[in-house]
Amino acid sequence: MPEEVDVGCARPTGGPVGETVPEEDEPIVEAIYSKEETTMIQVGKKVPDFTAPGYHQGKFMSTTLSEYLGKWVLLCFYPGDFTFV
Amino acid sequence: MSIDSVFVHKMWDDHELSKMVKGGVPFPMLSDAGGKVGKIYGVYDDDAGVETRGRFIIDPDGVLQGYEVLTPPVGRNVMESIRQVQAFQLIRESQGKEATPSGWKPGKKTLNPGPDLVGKVWEVWKTDMAFD
Repeated sequence: MPEEVDVGCARPTGGPVGETVPEEDEPIVEAIYSKEETTMIQVGKKVPDFTAPGYHQGKFMSTTLSEYLGKWVLLCFYPGDFTFV
Repeated sequence: MSIDSVFVHKMWDDHELSKMVKGGVPFPMLSDAGGKVGKIYGVYDDDAGVETRGRFIIDPDGVLQGYEVLTPPVGRNVMESIRQVQAFQLIRESQGKEATPSGWKPGKKTLNPGPDLVGKVWEVWKTDMAFD
């Protein structure tokens, strides 16, 4: 399940699981193509897995969606803290 | 999940949400700085630099059963999300033998799709059942 992480001054961020870090000398054109190839999500299909830092009950955690296999998950996005749901 | 940092999540929970929900938010508040996750879910607004109001129901196999996306000014109907989860749970338990028609909520009649039901839905399901 989610593991606690030490958080310093840097803002940790998440991303898709299995994402490869592009090589520095990768041609720009290829980088643009790979961005456009992001597959749209679809009902009835598996959702893309991701890891993201989070705050949970007084602790900073790192959470991976696939840790919740076996449970029902309601994943909600919202524009920003201090707005409504 | 929003583009806010985990530090802002903590401040929001400490100073506001814990005044609405005893003990604070009971589930993880995730940070998606840069919108990487929002992008693959199709809910990140590149121009505004924030996530839109996307809500995804994911079953125990990691399969997406439903989603809803709203622009920021309109809030969600939490009870409708719960109703949909209850419906998907019932379908999963019945292994697809039952279906929940329009207006279904727990305790109301389900349908059993099959050859016998073709052209006969009007006999077992009335229009007002969608609105009560």
